[in-house]
Amino acid sequence: MISYIIRRSLYGVLILIGVNLATFFLFFTVNTPDDMARMNIGGKRVTQDLIENWKVERGYDKPLYWNAGGQGAKKLTDTIFWERSASLFTLNFGRADSESAGDIGHEVSGRMLVSIQLALPIFLLQVIASTAFALLLVMFRNTRLDLAGVVLCVLMLSISSLFYIIVGQYFFSRVLKLVPISGYAAGFDAVRFLILPVALSALARLGTEARLYRAMFLEEVGKDYVRTARAKGLSERVVMFRHVLRNALIPIITSAGGYLPYVFLGSLVFESFFGIPGLGAYVIEAISKQDFAVVRTMVFVGSLLAITSYILIDIAYTWADPRVRLN
Amino acid sequence: MRGRAWIAVPVACCAALTGCGNSPWPAGSEKTNVIRTAMIENTPRHLDPTASYWSNDTLVTYQVYEPLYGYHYLKRPFELVPKTAAEVVKPIYLDRNGKPLPEDAPAEQVAESVYDVPIRKGILFQPHPAFAKNAQGEYEYHHMKSGELGERRTPMQFKDTGTRELVAEDFVYAIKRHATTRITTPIFGIFSEYVLGLKDYGELIKAEDAKLRAGLDPATQDRPFLDFRRWPLAGATAPESHLLRIRIHGKYPQWKYWMQMTFLAPLPWEADAFYAQPGMAERGIVLDNWPVGTGPYMVTEFRKDRRIVMQRNPNYRGVPYPCDGMPDDTGQGLLADCGKPTPFIDTIIATVEREGTPQRNKFRDGYYDLEVFERTDTGNSYLVEAKDSDDVRADYLKKGFDFPQSADVNSYIIGFNMLDPVIGTGDTPAQQQRNRKLRQAISIAIDWDEYSKIFPKKAGQTAMSPLPPGIPGSREGTPAGINPVTHSVVNGKYARRPIEDARKLMAEAGYPNGRDAKTGRPLVIGYDYYAVPSPERRPEIDWVVRQFAKIDIQLEVRATDNNQFQDKVRKGKHQVFWLGWNADYPDAENFMFLLYGPNSKSVSDGENTSNYQSAEYDKLFAQLKSLDDGPAKQEVIDRMVRIVQQDAPWSFGFFPYASAAVQSWIHNSKPAILIRDHGRYLRLDTAQRAAKLGLWNKPLWWPLILAGAIVVAGVLVARQSLRRRERMNARGEMVQGQ
Repeated sequence: MISYIIRRSLYGVLILIGVNLATFFLFFTVNTPDDMARMNIGGKRVTQDLIENWKVERGYDKPLYWNAGGQGAKKLTDTIFWERSASLFTLNFGRADSESAGDIGHEVSGRMLVSIQLALPIFLLQVIASTAFALLLVMFRNTRLDLAGVVLCVLMLSISSLFYIIVGQYFFSRVLKLVPISGYAAGFDAVRFLILPVALSALARLGTEARLYRAMFLEEVGKDYVRTARAKGLSERVVMFRHVLRNALIPIITSAGGYLPYVFLGSLVFESFFGIPGLGAYVIEAISKQDFAVVRTMVFVGSLLAITSYILIDIAYTWADPRVRLN
Repeated sequence: MRGRAWIAVPVACCAALTGCGNSPWPAGSEKTNVIRTAMIENTPRHLDPTASYWSNDTLVTYQVYEPLYGYHYLKRPFELVPKTAAEVVKPIYLDRNGKPLPEDAPAEQVAESVYDVPIRKGILFQPHPAFAKNAQGEYEYHHMKSGELGERRTPMQFKDTGTRELVAEDFVYAIKRHATTRITTPIFGIFSEYVLGLKDYGELIKAEDAKLRAGLDPATQDRPFLDFRRWPLAGATAPESHLLRIRIHGKYPQWKYWMQMTFLAPLPWEADAFYAQPGMAERGIVLDNWPVGTGPYMVTEFRKDRRIVMQRNPNYRGVPYPCDGMPDDTGQGLLADCGKPTPFIDTIIATVEREGTPQRNKFRDGYYDLEVFERTDTGNSYLVEAKDSDDVRADYLKKGFDFPQSADVNSYIIGFNMLDPVIGTGDTPAQQQRNRKLRQAISIAIDWDEYSKIFPKKAGQTAMSPLPPGIPGSREGTPAGINPVTHSVVNGKYARRPIEDARKLMAEAGYPNGRDAKTGRPLVIGYDYYAVPSPERRPEIDWVVRQFAKIDIQLEVRATDNNQFQDKVRKGKHQVFWLGWNADYPDAENFMFLLYGPNSKSVSDGENTSNYQSAEYDKLFAQLKSLDDGPAKQEVIDRMVRIVQQDAPWSFGFFPYASAAVQSWIHNSKPAILIRDHGRYLRLDTAQRAAKLGLWNKPLWWPLILAGAIVVAGVLVARQSLRRRERMNARGEMVQGQ
């Protein structure tokens, strides 16, 4: 298993290099350093001198990929791409382009905690609620309740998450006046601000997940070992929780594990609409400001987390099903 | 007990929820002397007075810094009053030989204007670690070694603070600082044209800075202290400790307005020395985040893109509230606090709102006292909503949402690129005549009154010229101000000319029925829009297309993002465009310069986006720049307005109404886009706020309890049903004894 993890990690490094190159290429295909400067200086009386100063201050006055005027290795290393990429791989994220000072690393670590506060409960609630709902439907399979549950799932997955947000905010904050419409506070007070986005996010994905899990459970329920378990006289509850659930875990891990990076990265939509200052909101802010330093950092961190998550998922398979071998 | 531990989580959640309702603020905060407001999308970009030029920055900069002058809070038209200056001074004019000239000397004789501004004594800077001294009288935090900063990330985390008296040298330092190469200095270009020696000073500083930074990475955040005191500047000196002397090339009456902007706010050298130390910038401890001023407030919390807290500056001298204003002010209670020391509010908290809906809902529920502190247009949408629905109107009236509208000194126009062969100036006299008629026809066709009716939230007064009402020299709203090209008098009232007039002009321009008379091809013009056509913007874009269609012109919408739009403008490849302008100061020059030839955007990167060129207009503008308000200036303005009305480089759009959303418990609010330091004048009735918030936001629990009960009942029924099923045999019969 260790050799497998090392191999996957090395692939991960290659993927990170590729992702970094793709981010760089795509960003600078649509924007030039002049555009970034103009956007960040903004307002009135923007002159070319100001733009040049802005670029020099942030190191954007160099060639993008190849410095024809450089000597030896400087042709490659004295470029925006090299300088930005090398610092990323040493986890030195530098400062945001849109700010005159600061440290992206500090901002990322601070905001990651906020994102975890939002996304971890969403993740747990989502897995638990979807599994429980799917199991309920399977227990009542081929009944009107099952049919109604499936219809409900289809309805729920057909509705955009924005609808849940808008209706949820209006109903719980404006009409019932039970929770703040948006915002955030540190410490235990955060519960007041997070409970609505957590509930709405879990609700928004319940239809999709529960329908998927139901299908997986139904597939398991028809297998021989379930019939054997029933023939042994085990109760339906024991059959479901001890046998069916355990054997359906691999697809559940795959589906739920894919969400793991977002536990750290947060949710773009929910953080933005609920004014939660996590990493999702940070990405949105960076994109709106054309802040390449933050965008590339967040893409890098996101890729790193995705690679790590998939390695963890692979390891989890061996726990869920001892027949799985990682080699 | 351990098995039931999971119950603690929902119980704790319920406990947290039951106490507070929908208030986003800590319990009891409504009873404190704190006002809360929203920041749209982001925190301000720059709080460094040299770099700050964004409207959003003024929330902080004009509360923390105190320039030499300010505008009288209540009087209109705007009147300059001294702030850190002891008085509003008149310049002394000197000829080429340095001899004084009379006040009314012609501008061409004036070689230099000298402003000797006495500075008020006894003004203190806010408490700040940059001023802290030890027992030996040495600065405590000016020579910190690497690592000594520890875990500190704000100036508030330094144990000791100090202060000192404001002196004229602080203004000199601030003016010199515009020559820096280390931060964005949007005004250096214009200041260096006027302040004696500033252009050369810029070169000197560039060279000295390069010496200081020799061997350092240009992009490094740690840069040695650039001490401007070392190099004198002829245009800014302090002959006495409390006397500032500014020397200006020629005559430039508008200079007095620059003296009320934060570009000329005093800056202590100690702040620069403090913030230049190693590690400070990386931790965000910079002037751009943590300003140092003498104003009524000081920043005590700065969380990028989250919130900013400003607290009362304990060293502020308590400038009294004004006792005179406009005739209506007494009736509106705006003079009730006459003579009382300001500021009245202890703390201003601004929170970033990325989405408009939560922001407006928080204001409707009373959680924002001012919807957006620095904006003067937030009230319009509530006024429109109140007009649209009786229920909403009743609700808003009950809540006291009464936001009076007035015209403000900014404008929106549709402009034509005068370099364009179809719609621009034209090459030959005949072509010029035809193109002019085409622009005039379009100017008639675009019905700005209709715009204000269709988009009431952005409505404004239809413009007849570039000059908004309230600017000295503007004739808007008077018979003399009518634009004869687009309007005429019908039954004693001013009305837009009929569309037939525009069609006639189209025919004369060579485009009868919108087709080229020679080729028969339809006239297609590009509308270069500065933003992606989002669903919110689409109706406005479509409206513009319909205006052109009235005279059979096909308008091709070429919407791009702002960067691409700016790129097109720089290259002169735009045709028709939308433009807005917020005035820097209330002088005709600040509007007329938008059409001044040498300011052409595509040629010299100036602010004349239309690239309008008129020798006569440019000549008059040169005169206008150096004229004081009065009949001579009015005559020049009238002539310039007539020229641009005939040439029609713009379809003069509208001057948007100002109406700020402010709660009824906030007193002394008199919004105006040029007055940015209003934090000190606002007063808060905390008792009224607490009472109203309680009334407006009573939580409603029963629907949630009912829903919970239904879920629990459902679970119980399902459980019961499952148990029954487990007791059944394959034939569906209940099996006893299990």
